Amino acid sequence: MAEILHEHAQSEQEFVKPTANALVRCEGLEKWYGSVQALTGVDFHAEPGEIVGLVGDNGAGKSTLIKILSGAEQQTKGKIFFDGKEVKLTSPKKAMALGIETIYQYTAMVPAMSIARNMFIGREPLTGLKIGGIGIMDQKSMVAHATKSMTNIDLTRRSPNTTVEELSGGQRQAVAIARAMYFKSKLLILDEPTNHLSVKETNKVLDYVVSLKEQGIGSIFISHNLHHIYPIADRIVAMARGAKIMDVRKEDTSVDDMTEMIV
Amino acid sequence: MQSITKALLSRPEISALVMLIVVVVGFSLYAPQFMTYANMRVLLFALPELGIVVLGVGILMIAGEFDLSVGSVFALSPLIMVLAAGRWGFDPYLAIVIGLGVAVLVGYLNGWITLKFNIPSFVTTLGMLFMARSAAVVLSGGFPPPFPSDFPTDLFVDDLGLFRTTMIWFAGFAVILGVMLHFSNLGNWIYATGGQPQAASDMGINTRRVKMLCFMLCSFLAGFAGMVTTLRLRSALPSLGEGVELQAIAAAVIGGTALTGGIGSMIGFIVGTTLIRVIDNGLVMSRIDANWFKFAIGALTILAVILNTWVRRRARAMK
Repeated sequence: MAEILHEHAQSEQEFVKPTANALVRCEGLEKWYGSVQALTGVDFHAEPGEIVGLVGDNGAGKSTLIKILSGAEQQTKGKIFFDGKEVKLTSPKKAMALGIETIYQYTAMVPAMSIARNMFIGREPLTGLKIGGIGIMDQKSMVAHATKSMTNIDLTRRSPNTTVEELSGGQRQAVAIARAMYFKSKLLILDEPTNHLSVKETNKVLDYVVSLKEQGIGSIFISHNLHHIYPIADRIVAMARGAKIMDVRKEDTSVDDMTEMIV
Repeated sequence: MQSITKALLSRPEISALVMLIVVVVGFSLYAPQFMTYANMRVLLFALPELGIVVLGVGILMIAGEFDLSVGSVFALSPLIMVLAAGRWGFDPYLAIVIGLGVAVLVGYLNGWITLKFNIPSFVTTLGMLFMARSAAVVLSGGFPPPFPSDFPTDLFVDDLGLFRTTMIWFAGFAVILGVMLHFSNLGNWIYATGGQPQAASDMGINTRRVKMLCFMLCSFLAGFAGMVTTLRLRSALPSLGEGVELQAIAAAVIGGTALTGGIGSMIGFIVGTTLIRVIDNGLVMSRIDANWFKFAIGALTILAVILNTWVRRRARAMK
């Protein structure tokens, strides 16, 4: 199996190289879970405003790479540079503070809470006095900003006080994307955002990702479905067995080429 | 108009409020002694002692955890105060601090064990229910220890006419914790932690710390409620508070708190507590066999959850 993969895979020299001002750049990332190696020295990068499609089978190491970039887990070995500076992503909070926002397939939303409250979980604007980081929330500004963000994603017919459980899967993803836009993130990681979505809603989510690009926000888009990734990606990275096996510009490949390579 | 109806129906405490009104009107019509000054006094004397426990239990439930040990802490914490002041010779105020400290410690242990070993808090606190009760019985030797005469009873249980100072403490806790729950960022974290723990921690919230805090708050309030009850009775009974844990959970659930976490409100806690106290009192006033009390609470709990589930579904269906 490994031989077959390598036969089809690019050689390392053919991989697309990062430019000098890459937004995020990983060098030689390794991750061990006990005696199991999930990442075997992966180099990865994304340019500002670039949409990188990340593909690969289950267990290829995509999720591990993403968890490291979002701060949920730490690499065993290797370096991460963000905006040219080496960073230690020790928690999701730290990653978010740098401008790395992650959108999960389950959507990191609390169903029973309102859209406005969901948008600001962990980053609530406060009014006046605060003691040890605890204070009274500025609910007026939360609702106002949520309303504005919802207009950006064409969710105008809903009140920001609606609970998230009333939204469809696509609308929830839209709110998560709006949240990332509001907090001026520089890099958006979308982990299978189109899973469980209808065709219509999938297209909408893809449109949002493209509109983020127009605002200069880079995205890493993970999906099983090459047909979702191919139309919007600038570059496609494929992984297998914890290693990068392909890193090509979209114009240098086709859906059929990729299918042959990774399936 | 429809949005107002919907906003109303989305409130978790709405069905409890309706039930409370029905029950109060029913008892007023059926038992002439119910709506009298003397009876309201009885009702308002008893209400805050359960109410203070419900605040803690309810907030912890919103954070997604349970505490079944509150009834035992209700006895253990004041027992230690009385022992410390009466037998070990501590200053009464210091004795109170020690007793409440023990309550907080029990809460800390509940939280630490639950989170460290990743086991259901239902199990941890069920164990703690037995352990804390046993400790109370052993420490007291099975009999209430002598009650020191210099305890500051006026501060906590002074008779103010219609109610005792306890009511002011309850109101104070309710306001502070209500603001915390509904208006502060900490409250937002509590709802998020109970509503969807994965989402909360992905958004950078330290859910362990939030839960720890709620465990300790819950236990502290149980100890405080036990203390005021003990000061009122002027005796630290090792059997005090048996069954309070279930009444407190029932009150929170009747008030619209979800067993699954993430849903509940301060008004709901107060309405749920009031409903339980009103039914207890109203049954006596109506000369109905008081043993029906538990039956009524049980039926009400089931009814409240059915009603809440139905109302929520209706509210969601409305656009």
